Amino acid sequence: MSVYPWVATYAFRRYTAYPLGAFAEAVTNTVFGFVRAWVVLALWEARPALGGYAAIDAVTFCFITQAMIGPVQIFGGLELTERIRSGDVSIDLHRPVNLQVWWLADDLGRAAGTLLLRGVPPMLAGALVFPLRLPDAAGWAAFAAAVTLAVVTGFALRYLVAMAMCWLHDDRGLQAVALVTSMFFSGMVLPLVVFPGALGTLARALPWAALIQVPADVFLGKYSGAELLGAYGFQALWAVVLLGAGQAVTAAARRRLVIHGG
Amino acid sequence: MGDALRLYPLLAWTWLRAAAQFPLSMALLCLGSAAVAALDLVAILLLFEHTPRIAGFTAAQVLFLYGTSALSFTLADVLLGSTERLGEHVRRGTLDTMLVRPVSPLVQIATEDFSPRRMARLLPAAVALGCVLPRLEVDWDAGRVAMVPVMLISGTVIFAALWVLTASVQLVALDMHPATKSVTYGGAYLTQYPMTLYAREFVRGLTFVIPLVFVNWQPALYVLDRPDPLGLPPLLRFASPAVALALCAVAALAWRAGLRHYRSTGS
Repeated sequence: MSVYPWVATYAFRRYTAYPLGAFAEAVTNTVFGFVRAWVVLALWEARPALGGYAAIDAVTFCFITQAMIGPVQIFGGLELTERIRSGDVSIDLHRPVNLQVWWLADDLGRAAGTLLLRGVPPMLAGALVFPLRLPDAAGWAAFAAAVTLAVVTGFALRYLVAMAMCWLHDDRGLQAVALVTSMFFSGMVLPLVVFPGALGTLARALPWAALIQVPADVFLGKYSGAELLGAYGFQALWAVVLLGAGQAVTAAARRRLVIHGG
Repeated sequence: MGDALRLYPLLAWTWLRAAAQFPLSMALLCLGSAAVAALDLVAILLLFEHTPRIAGFTAAQVLFLYGTSALSFTLADVLLGSTERLGEHVRRGTLDTMLVRPVSPLVQIATEDFSPRRMARLLPAAVALGCVLPRLEVDWDAGRVAMVPVMLISGTVIFAALWVLTASVQLVALDMHPATKSVTYGGAYLTQYPMTLYAREFVRGLTFVIPLVFVNWQPALYVLDRPDPLGLPPLLRFASPAVALALCAVAALAWRAGLRHYRSTGS
């Protein structure tokens, strides 16, 4: 068996090792879910059917968003950043594996663990208090595929940000900029369906839409048949483009990297 | 206390100079932080693109709530927000180093990594408040004019006390720390909107358990001259300073209890 599934398995174990801490995160995600649900309910009360969503869709959207924060790690960050800063990345580069695929495997394991521990509680709590639109069995399967693609796209973006460390030496400025774009253009702040005109069109074409808006729309059953394939295609296209860019950056970084001995 | 007031600016200045060593990153960081902070504002503006009123409140009124909440929270965040990283120090054992230094550990943690980034976050809140105050349809008598700075200061003190309280939690139950973000960051978020949005029981909890309504909601009811949806006595509208002081006392006790409880890692 190749080494990558092992990397993913161990990452899964690592991220499920502290269930209490993850549960505490989920508590905060849930509280935000409720507050945001009340906000959108007030908006949809004033404007029913805004952006093609019914009020129930908008509320469900809020809880999906909160459940996805952990798995797609919308607030950014990758462990690799710290390893580049400390020079530990030299160990990673010595392994006879592809650096990007290694970290992708690690991230998939992390995402699976986080989905379990931080994705389920907000949805459950939300479903207990509000009527939510839940998919049927086929819908859940379609959603699972969309989440997987969202995680890969999210990883590809965070990998690019992390690799910039090789040039910037202090990544926090870039992280902050990345945070704004990923919060705003993913649908975290408000569903992209309420973005007016050209801003909405732009937001729906950018890669961040693949992180939350597209999986949420799949969850809500907004796509059927060929449209669903189109949605997957959109996510996959961005994933491939960004992963390709990541490979190119990795090659450039390999030539650039100087590790100071101690 | 006098020591703390003298050492806080000194240590903060040291960290500021350190941050200035990477100017490009610092500039990006300020820009990014201001933009992140502005996202909440953008969300409110987007909401009012679609409707003139949310839960009975106009855009100007909600922006007034946003401005007062965000300004209070950010001021508290600038002063004490980095106490959030106390848990990291507990985990790594570096809190021990802080404890043997002749400076209050609270001052050391609060000033840690003090950077212009945090002050950049004041910008959207200050701009929003500055723009909206003249546009509010309020009969500005002396009481209402005085209430605005009073609510900003009380709000800042309430959030500051919450930072210290949540930091104290990290000394006792490190794993539970992420849940306390629902009080700090969550509190900052939910006080940006009128409480008429939320379920009544929830607002009761925010009045009597975690007194977040005193950050801006109760004083704003006075400034905007609106009835309390819960029908609570009007006297509560002037209770913010008292609530802030009481919460400070609780936070101080919790912090001392937390430090006494702390037993290092033993290694």
